[in-house]
Amino acid sequence: MGALDQYIDLWQEHSDLIVSNSPDALNRLRPAAASSLIEQGLPSQKDEDYKHTNLEKILSPDYGINIGRVKMRVNPAETFRCDVPRLSTALFLVVNDSFAATVGCREVLPEGVEVMSLASFARNNPEFIEKYYGKLADINNPIVALNTLFCQDGVVIRVRKGVKVEPAVQIVNIFNNSAPLLAARRMLIVMEEDSEAKVLVCDHTQNSDVDFCSLQVIEVFADKGSKLDFYDLEESTQQTSRLSSLWMKQEEGSEVLLDSMTLYNGQTRNEFFSRFAGSHARLKMLGMCIEDETRRLDTVSRISHDVPECTTDELFKYVVDGDAMGAFAGLIYVAEGASKTEAYQSNRNLVGSDTAVMHSKPQLEIYNDDVKCSHGTAIGQLDEKQLFYMMTRGISEDQARLMLKQAFMSDVIDGISLPPLRDRLKLMVERRFAGEKSACSGCQVGCK
Amino acid sequence: MLSVKDLHAEIDGKEILRGVNLEVKPGEVHAVMGPNGSGKSTLSMVLAGNPAYTVTSGEVIFRGKDLLEMSPDVRSHEGIFLGFQYPVEIPGVSMVNFMRAAVNAKRKYFGEPPMGATDFLKLMREKRAIVQLDNKLASRSVNEGFSGGEKKRNEIFQMAVLEPKLSILDETDSGLDVDALRIVAEGVNKLRTPENSAIVITHYQRLLDYIKPDVIHVLYKGRIVYTGGPELALEIENKGYDWIKAEVDAQDAIKGEA
Repeated sequence: MGALDQYIDLWQEHSDLIVSNSPDALNRLRPAAASSLIEQGLPSQKDEDYKHTNLEKILSPDYGINIGRVKMRVNPAETFRCDVPRLSTALFLVVNDSFAATVGCREVLPEGVEVMSLASFARNNPEFIEKYYGKLADINNPIVALNTLFCQDGVVIRVRKGVKVEPAVQIVNIFNNSAPLLAARRMLIVMEEDSEAKVLVCDHTQNSDVDFCSLQVIEVFADKGSKLDFYDLEESTQQTSRLSSLWMKQEEGSEVLLDSMTLYNGQTRNEFFSRFAGSHARLKMLGMCIEDETRRLDTVSRISHDVPECTTDELFKYVVDGDAMGAFAGLIYVAEGASKTEAYQSNRNLVGSDTAVMHSKPQLEIYNDDVKCSHGTAIGQLDEKQLFYMMTRGISEDQARLMLKQAFMSDVIDGISLPPLRDRLKLMVERRFAGEKSACSGCQVGCK
Repeated sequence: MLSVKDLHAEIDGKEILRGVNLEVKPGEVHAVMGPNGSGKSTLSMVLAGNPAYTVTSGEVIFRGKDLLEMSPDVRSHEGIFLGFQYPVEIPGVSMVNFMRAAVNAKRKYFGEPPMGATDFLKLMREKRAIVQLDNKLASRSVNEGFSGGEKKRNEIFQMAVLEPKLSILDETDSGLDVDALRIVAEGVNKLRTPENSAIVITHYQRLLDYIKPDVIHVLYKGRIVYTGGPELALEIENKGYDWIKAEVDAQDAIKGEA
């Protein structure tokens, strides 16, 4: 029996329970998701797009799914404190797959921004969900199909026309359970015309010896002239698998920063699918991936320039050590009519051991002559000359290596537009390279 | 201070140093001159501990300790400083962090606590003045975007901060205009004490007008083939190396026949 069968069986046996515990707006797409999975099955590693992610293996453990919407005992709101000093955010939690607001989080936000539970928002505003839910994410993508089949809650962020959101909205995804658990998390971000927001999503796992699987779909609508900075920071455990699929559409003049950071993880696949639907829009993508021990990270990005005069600037950096594996596959597609496209893609990687592996595939597909595009990749080791120079000044080899790895990530960290987060990340990355396990010292739970 | 005996070293299987002997006493400044490819830079790299070079035989005793046993950072703590011919650029590491790491590593080695922020900034200010190094460079990445002259002044600045017992300056004069040369040389002179020594590697007499050496050595074919007083530099400036080369080659030929 393949890994997928247990999910199909679960759906077929308990679809009534799932449907009765969910708003109609979320139920509407489930049959299509089920038939997509039944028809196509899971892609194997022979499929080029899944060469570095073994979906079969990731999905094979006997994870529980909270389809009955049982209330969890834990209240991490009381114990969790993300340790980013001076970063006063409006903090919301997603515990396993259930949304939870924290005390006072809404009061600090201005009028015209809603940060809500997807389930309750779908009940109160079915027409809104109808308009956006599942409209970008392709139901034939296996992560999207599985998520759509089981998704019962998540986060909606809606920023109304012209509203500029201060402070940043922080969503903390927490795994906390004594038995293996799969959470089908969903996020829907709608930036209406000329709105502005910064969103920081942090993934944490609180039980380091339990298997978890985060099955996540994010849909982002960036309407005309809107500005969104989206940070996604994973700090989970070796036993956490994460399958994340982000789908975005950018309208005219919108500006988006997508920053994907992986400090600690188990096995992760991060997908980014973005499309320009209006001209003069800009996308900046940054990736910082630190992998060691037996961790694995597979990043796939597809940026589609369908209209003229849009800009993509993509930089992903990996430091791969130990027995870890990193993979980057980035495609920028420029359609025939997309004149004056500017698209730059760069993937640079440091490989620190003989057993660490990095795969890189930077791709451009261009059907227009009037464009400025570049792509490139580099895989290498720390510079021996730099190491020696530092050591002649008395800096120990370990310290020099640490400083050079930190320096390697500096341009990605400098791209962060929230100064307290930038400062904090510098410290977190430094500690990460120094081998210190605890990333959030203020948190009493002490998850990684 | 430093005693080098019959030092042989190679890189990528190619022998570069073939029996170097050198004695440096406290307070002395030695100049090492020689034609291109004679092994001058290799000597400096081997003394600083560059792992790319392999010492095949010989010994180096520095202030009573076996220098060759030490890693480059320990050599630095013990008092060796190498001023690079080509200072290395380190993008992403600011000068301030670099120097703080260096200063505190040395303090740690001697069992002292890290230096406080105020003292550290004062130290930086004080030492920068010696080579007239712009304050703006402090916030930049190490050597990145520095002009040739700034890079060399930065080397002397680091030397001033680390207060070495033995400074090895590898072609510190190369790529410098007259003004920059004067600033660098004056910096070196300000740091001279009766206890500290220096080995100055250079091609030209020019630098030695500013930094007066006590002894001059000529390195050729991986050995010190000629040692003399300060007047030797002038002789080389006037006559070149050919007369020394001819003498050594003739001797080698005789040895070969025997």
